[in-house]
Amino acid sequence: MIPIHYYLILSAVLFILGAVGVLIRRNALVIFMSIELMLNAANLSFVAFARLYENLNGQIFVFFIMTVAAAEVAVGLALIVAIFKSKHSIDVDQLNSLKG
Amino acid sequence: MSVELIVFILLALTAIGTGVGMLLSRNAVYAALFLVLNFATVAILYLLLDSPFIALSQVTVYAGAIMVLFLFVIMLLGAEQLPSELKWKELIPAIVLGLALLAETVYLLFQKISITTSVDTASAEAALSDPAQAAARLFSNYLLPFEVTSILLLVAMVGAIVLTKQEKKKIERAN
Repeated sequence: MIPIHYYLILSAVLFILGAVGVLIRRNALVIFMSIELMLNAANLSFVAFARLYENLNGQIFVFFIMTVAAAEVAVGLALIVAIFKSKHSIDVDQLNSLKG
Repeated sequence: MSVELIVFILLALTAIGTGVGMLLSRNAVYAALFLVLNFATVAILYLLLDSPFIALSQVTVYAGAIMVLFLFVIMLLGAEQLPSELKWKELIPAIVLGLALLAETVYLLFQKISITTSVDTASAEAALSDPAQAAARLFSNYLLPFEVTSILLLVAMVGAIVLTKQEKKKIERAN
């Protein structure tokens, strides 16, 4: 028997690691990975609650989140490739101009 | 201490360790590989939570497809390392903010949920770990969201193609 808290605290820690990653990294690709980590942490608490209440809806939501994550990664990586082609860098500090 | 709890603690430590490793590795390829390990450990946690189908889709979709895409782009761009990465001066405020957020979350968790609620493996309902039940729910109650996600995937696919193709047209025009 594992208290639900343990899963929720692990989920919170993983989410905060992702948030800190978005704050401290300059590499746009690693920032994207941190966002994936945050989505994954949310999934973990969804599954934990689905298990706690013995309800399938939580698992269904995890499927939807995975789909959205996959779509987000496809578009995001395409954007990063496009930015790299024009700027020759994926350092987010250098992406400070809105001009095309 | 039960075996399950020991397994959970080991997995949790691995997940947190790989997360920290992802944050602190200067090379983006190492960060991606740490993240693959993190997703794999979370998949095992899903198995502990009686969701084998979610665990397998986690491995195939996240650790498989998404991370392969990441590694592909990292190696395509050749942007593994940046010179201005990870300065300790900028690290400290982020870590302080993160710890503050963690403290708030944990405080709220312990306030809102009673300590006694625990995930009981003995009373596991067979329906929860059955993919057929999840599929029945997905194609009846959640049919509309399911169709919407298919449109979302189509839009993402078209968007990715358009975004990477536009640059080529510009170059042709410039020539």
